[in-house]
Parts: sequence; C-alpha cells; structure tokens
Amino acid sequence: MRAFLLRRALHAVFVLWGVVSAVFFLVRLTGDPTPFLVDQTATQQEIAEARTRLGLDRALHVQYLDFLRSVPRGDFGTSIREKRPAMQMVLEHLWPATVELAAAALLLSTILAIPLGVASATHKNGAVDHASRLASLFLQSMPSFWLGLMLILLFAVELGGLLPAFGSGSLRHLILPAVTLAAAPLAQNVRLIRSGMLEVLQQDYVRTARAKGLAERFVIYRHALRNAAIPVITVTGLSLGFMLSGAVIIETVFSWPGMGRLIVQAVPGRDFPVIQAGVFVFALIFVGLNLIVDLLYTVVDPRVRLT
Amino acid sequence: MIGLARDGGAILGLIVIGGTILMAALAPALSPADPVKNSLIDRLAPPMWSAGGSAKHPLGTDTLGRDVASRLLYGARVSLIVGLAAVVVAGVLGVALGLVSGYYRGFTDDALMRLGDVQLAFPVLVLAVAVLAVLGASLANVILVLGVTGWITYARIVRGETLSLRQREFVEAARALGATDRYLLWRHILPNVLPPVTVVATFSVARTIIAEASLSFLGLGIPPPAPSWGAMLDEGRNYITTGWWLALFPGLAILLLVLGINLVGDWLRDQLDPRMERSM
Repeated sequence: MRAFLLRRALHAVFVLWGVVSAVFFLVRLTGDPTPFLVDQTATQQEIAEARTRLGLDRALHVQYLDFLRSVPRGDFGTSIREKRPAMQMVLEHLWPATVELAAAALLLSTILAIPLGVASATHKNGAVDHASRLASLFLQSMPSFWLGLMLILLFAVELGGLLPAFGSGSLRHLILPAVTLAAAPLAQNVRLIRSGMLEVLQQDYVRTARAKGLAERFVIYRHALRNAAIPVITVTGLSLGFMLSGAVIIETVFSWPGMGRLIVQAVPGRDFPVIQAGVFVFALIFVGLNLIVDLLYTVVDPRVRLT
Repeated sequence: MIGLARDGGAILGLIVIGGTILMAALAPALSPADPVKNSLIDRLAPPMWSAGGSAKHPLGTDTLGRDVASRLLYGARVSLIVGLAAVVVAGVLGVALGLVSGYYRGFTDDALMRLGDVQLAFPVLVLAVAVLAVLGASLANVILVLGVTGWITYARIVRGETLSLRQREFVEAARALGATDRYLLWRHILPNVLPPVTVVATFSVARTIIAEASLSFLGLGIPPPAPSWGAMLDEGRNYITTGWWLALFPGLAILLLVLGINLVGDWLRDQLDPRMERSM
C-alpha cells in the first residue's frame, strides 16, 4: 500500500513537472514571449523595458529554473488586464463558481444514474432501457453547448423565462448550466451501470443470495450494485475531467463567472499570465482527481491489487 | 462487410455522411445565395415556413442578412475538412509512435508514454484554447492543434497491440528468416493493428467535429466571415431571443452528421473488433 502511494505520488509529481514545463514553453512557441506578457498597445521601447523587467532577456535555462521556483508559490505574474496577481484571479473564479457548477453536475450525473442504470438492467429492453440507449446515442452526438442553447431557448425564451438564461447568484441560475453539463455523463453512467449490473446478475453469489430468499431489492442494491460500481468510479473520475473541460464552454454559454470563462475571456486580450495560471490549475485538479480515483478503487474493491 | 444490410443504423449513418459530403462538394451549386454576402435589408429573416419568411431564404438569414442555408452548406466543408484532416494527423503520428514504442520498448517507450501522461493531464479544450491563443486562429492551426493533441489515443492502442504481436509466432518466424525490423513493422505488425485503429479513428472524426465547433463557438476557429457551424451557433447565442433559427439549424446539422458517424463507428466496431463491447 505504501509503495503504491509513493509510486502514484511520484508519478503525479512527474506529470505536474511536465505540466509546468508545458505552460512555460506555451508562450515561447513562437519565440519571444514578451509581446504576450505586456499590453497589446505597448510600444517597441515598452516591450524592451518589460523584457528586462521580467527577466526575459536572460538565458532560457535561467528563466526556466526561475519559473520552476515561482510555480510552487503560485506566482504566475500579474494579469495584464486587471493588474492583479493572475493566480489570485483564477482561484477567485474556481471557488465558488466552477466548483459549484461541477459539483452540482457531478451529483446529478451519478445519483440519477444509479436507479436508472439498475432499472435498465433489471428491466432489459423496457422503457427506461430504450430511453437511456437513445439518450446516450444522441447526447454523445451533440455539442454540449448546443444542448445548453436549446435549453435556454425552451426554458428562458419559449416558456417565458421559467428559468434564467444567463448569470449566477441563485439556485435557479444553477439549474440550466448544471443540467447541460450533467446530461452526457449521466447517459454514459446509466449505460455503464446497466452493463455492469447485467454481468453481475449472472454471478453465482447473486443466485445464492436469491436462493436464500433475500428480498430482490436487497440482492440488487447490496450484492449486485456494489460490484457493478467499479466502472462507475472510473467513469466518474473521467467525467469530472470532462466536466472541467466542459465547464470552459458551458460557463461561456451561460455567462457563469467561473475559471473556464475567465480563460476564454483572457484570450482576446492576450492576458497570458491568467491563461498560464488557469491552464496550470486545470491540470493540477485533473492530476489530483486521477489520484483519488485510483485510491477509491481499493475502497470499493479490496481485490484490486496495488502494485 | 457482412451485416450492413441488417444494421439499419449503419445504413442511415452512411446515407447521412454521404449526403453531407455531397452537399458540401456541391455547395456552390446548391446554395440559394452567397454565404458571405451581407444584405442588411434582409437581416434576421425567419425560415420560409414562418410568418415573414420567404422562399428566397429557405432557412432564414442571420444578423448581417446572410443566407443561413448557404452558410450551413459551406460550413459542412469546414467540419468535414477539420474532422478528417485532424484525425489523419493524429492517426499517422499516433500509429507511428505507438509502433516504435511497442516494438523497441525501452527508453523511447517510457519517454513517449510519460509524455502522453502529461498531455492527458490537460483537458483537451483548455489546451487547445491556450495553444490557439498563442498561434492565432486559422483553419491550419485548428487542424494542427486538434491533430497533435490526439496522438496519444492511437499510440496507446497500437503500442499494446504491438507488444503482443511482436511475440507471436508469425512475427518470430519472419524474423528468423532474416526480415529487418522495418519490414516486420511495415508488413506484419502494421496491417494487424489497423482494424482497431480504424474504429478509433471513426469515433475520433465525430469527436473532432464537435471539438472544432466548440473552438469556433469560442471564437478560436476559422476566422470570420467564413461560415463554420460552431461560429454560427455563437451568433445564435447572442440573438437567441430574436432569431431562434440561428441557434437551432447549425446544431441540428452537427447532431445529424456526428450521429451518422457514430452509428457507422458502432457497426465498424462490431465488424472489425468483436472484443470491444458495444456501447449502446
């Protein structure tokens, strides 16, 4: 167990080092990064001054080591637009807005998936099964932001403002973006629980449990579901990543003040310190989630060997 | 190609894909109007069956008075080109690196797979947004970004297959007869990894079309005034209360095309890779 944790932690550190390096080289893809780190209206002389001030005239490896030292302090420089520390801005948008949205979507997509997935398996080819199959096929085939637009069209325009289309601040504002973000992962989870359950329900111990005369509900929820849960954990981990990625675009659709929208809005103004800090935080969350998913396996299934 | 006649979904999918390619190719002949010509007097005309619509603009006009039907037809070109080109870039890169990784193993393999781990730590869309912010938005850059970020999926599958194929008897036999590494990779291993790669590539085209639409929606795709389905939806978002058709039709076009590709992908998977489970 300890060896496993150590290995995973080392791996995470390695990946983070890669992420930091990628962020460092991102603004250097086209050569000189200075124009990306000053105001777009800056004159040649101002750019030259900034180059000296930011230390961008030093050798590449000196800059790189310096960057590696400043990252653990969360120092990604100052936002060009708002003249504030970039990391501070990113964190303000991550918490609470993005976390709220992702958490709501995650809850929706996992909690609803359990009864729907079980019903699809126990009533194979029934109404729920067919509906979830169709929903999954369609939701995989449409851009999530278009689903969002259609929900806005329906609930905010056609139904005369039943739910607000844009902005944040109340639970009602959260409904449309959370549903939009949760829809595709929900359909996917339902299908996964279904196929997991179908497999598990064939097992001998399920037959034994039934033979003992246990209530069917008990057999399904206590014996079968627990063993069908493993793929769901993987997919939940993956769909959390999907949700963060999706948040970039869903936040833009609904003008939700999260960090995805912050990054997108930083692009036209070429506010690179904010983009760098945002990309880094996204990757950090991603790596952390993957680590948690790995650990959760061992809780759900003690047979999973940690090597 | 058994089973096609019995798989209604796959036939439907092929018809949709074929129809889209045909319409994109014949866009100049089929379009009712010039897709980039402004006509402010005609702006925000509804579809022909709505009150105030006319047959001159079957699916209505946008905020600059441009014909929506024509823009959809020309927009199909962008979706198809980006979808196919990016998948070719990703596929060639991923297959080549996967073969090298799985065949030679050792340091190259470790380095490539760790590089893949790092790349997978970025949500694709976030990475694409950041890179396009540096490179600038253009058709070539969108293809480049979506292509280069897609290699790892192929590399992992090909690497896994290669690892097991290189131990198989027919490869050992060819090696014993003096075949070079290059010959073995090219003639014996590559043909055997292609079936799963084809399946993955098909689904990737579908995902790439959605990714291109997403980037265009965020203003990072093909620069205006060239028509792209994602960019049309961005406009539809801003005029959702006054012009519902602007938000509806481009999305329906994406849904139909991507659904068609996914249906064909499901069928291909059943044919080429029976070990993979059907997702539906």
